[in-house]
Amino acid sequence: MAEPPCIEIRDLRLAYGPKEVLRGISLDVLPNEIFGVIGPAQSGKTSLLRCLNRTIDFVPTARVQGTIRVDGDEVRRTKDVFALRRKIGMVAPLPVGLPLSIYDNVAFAPRCAGLTRKADLEAMVEQCLRQAALWEEVKDRLDSLGTRLSGGQQQRLTIARALSHQPEILCLDEFSIAIDPVTTMRIEEVLKELRAHMTIILVTNLTQQARRLADRTLFLWNGEIVELDRTDVIFSEQPANRKTYEYVNGIFG
Amino acid sequence: MAEPSHPGGRRPGWQALDRGQRARPWEWVAEQAIRVVSVTAIVLVFLIFVFVMREALPVLLGRVNSAAAQERRALPVEQMDRLDPEELRQYLELSRKEFAEMDRDTLRLLMEVKLEAAEEVPEDKDAPLNTAAWRYLLGPHQWTGYDRPAYIWQPVSSIHKYNIVPLIVGSLKTSVVALLFAVPLALAAALYVSQLAPPRLKEWVKPGIELLAGIPSVVLGFFGLVVLATFLQQVCGYASRLNAFVAGIALGLACIPVIFSIAEDALTSVPRSFSEAALALGSSRWQAAWQVVLPAAVPGVFAAIVLGFGRAVGETMVVLMASGNASLLTWSVFDSTRTMTATIAAELAETVFGGHHYRILFLLGALLFAVTFLSNLLGELVIQRLKRRLEGGR
Repeated sequence: MAEPPCIEIRDLRLAYGPKEVLRGISLDVLPNEIFGVIGPAQSGKTSLLRCLNRTIDFVPTARVQGTIRVDGDEVRRTKDVFALRRKIGMVAPLPVGLPLSIYDNVAFAPRCAGLTRKADLEAMVEQCLRQAALWEEVKDRLDSLGTRLSGGQQQRLTIARALSHQPEILCLDEFSIAIDPVTTMRIEEVLKELRAHMTIILVTNLTQQARRLADRTLFLWNGEIVELDRTDVIFSEQPANRKTYEYVNGIFG
Repeated sequence: MAEPSHPGGRRPGWQALDRGQRARPWEWVAEQAIRVVSVTAIVLVFLIFVFVMREALPVLLGRVNSAAAQERRALPVEQMDRLDPEELRQYLELSRKEFAEMDRDTLRLLMEVKLEAAEEVPEDKDAPLNTAAWRYLLGPHQWTGYDRPAYIWQPVSSIHKYNIVPLIVGSLKTSVVALLFAVPLALAAALYVSQLAPPRLKEWVKPGIELLAGIPSVVLGFFGLVVLATFLQQVCGYASRLNAFVAGIALGLACIPVIFSIAEDALTSVPRSFSEAALALGSSRWQAAWQVVLPAAVPGVFAAIVLGFGRAVGETMVVLMASGNASLLTWSVFDSTRTMTATIAAELAETVFGGHHYRILFLLGALLFAVTFLSNLLGELVIQRLKRRLEGGR
């Protein structure tokens, strides 16, 4: 491999109490690729993302083993977990609009990171909202509450928020769940542009979305890697594993 | 409440289920019992208000005369026979029943007592003043022996001076000191316990602070009187040992658990997803707590402060013991002071039932009632407004 991987995961195991969720995951994510993750419910997709930015810490019963390196830095022993989280933008499947204005929602992370100049913040907010395809809809009411937006708008607000701290890695967990197809396509276009600046991990239930966007796709099932390969191979007639074929073609289960 | 009956009589199938009250007599009984209890509770509270207002009303309407010298009433004893019985009864301020039960000698004795009382009237230019009138209750007056107009509360001197302004200011001073002391402490503690503290510490701190609520206020007053007063005087070096400041701090101790426990509940009930979303964005725990959780909990926190204010204004024993109880009208918190509550507690038992002093104390009670009622009402309005703003209604 020419470039060193951006994320290195080795034998990652995760259990919530007695329930094993990830059973020995090892994989590399390369810089500036779009890395698709597909798999049925309960397969550990979201948990994998939560291990990356250590939000798994909020679950008291969670037990993590194995190593994760982001840019060579061991995530589980990092000194500055806040810097780590700033490096990784996270979009959760259910939008959580902070009880702040739209503007403050997006400006929250840069402010926490110490950006205080008004002009910089305003430019940043506009850019992020444009990238999330939300700017045109909210530019006249940036002062109103983020939680007042519709579900799909809130989802795009969380995307704008995740971009606001200029992450190196953007994790999208079912981002299009509440967004109409047209807007989804617009965001997908933005993602294709963004990959020039960042690595994108795209967790999705829409296998076709992974097919459209991802360079490589991981098929996760029951906490184990079934197959990880170039997207065209995963979606071809002959993936390495028969389960993959069945899943992406809707025969599975 | 009348039971709406179905026009078509009996209904078939599941539709009959939603009118199950008649089929379940016990539920009906329980419902009625609960209704009676709740109505009783409301009526009782209302009756308290009615009672307080009834006692205070004569003062409110200016029908009470507290002049030390009430000349036209002092009649010589010999005139007794010239008055008809009804006039005599009114002159002696007796009820019909009492009057009927008394024989002539007793009445004569009462006449003499009345006359003596009239003759004992102090040689004072203020003696004919009705000090229970509004202008003396609220405005300054230059009493005999004073070199300038002043606000004086001296209900048991020869001239009854009933100016309630010093008491209102006293209540205000101690409450403000108490809130200035208690609100930051209680809110900081609530924020810490609900957002930042490790769970194990939280298990200890929360009941610990709430235990403060269980301390009888007389114990807090004692603590303020003995320990706090000396300590604060040594630290601050003011002249009078017991003053509004000491009382305010002791009162603050009584308010902290109230404010803390309500604010803590409000902060804890903010969905964890908010703070987790903030943390996932790379904020510190403190930033998440301060910038996200606190704004989301503002209505509850405000309610906590309003209740704390209610407690501070209404608390009696602490201020009675630690404030010094001198009804001085000054703005300095380091002067002894006296609150409305302490005045009622200290003086009501000594008053003549139905007399002017008695009625003015009830006026204070009504005033307290009004203050807490208004603060709660205002608080409720503000809370509704904050909630609407947070929930994003129109």
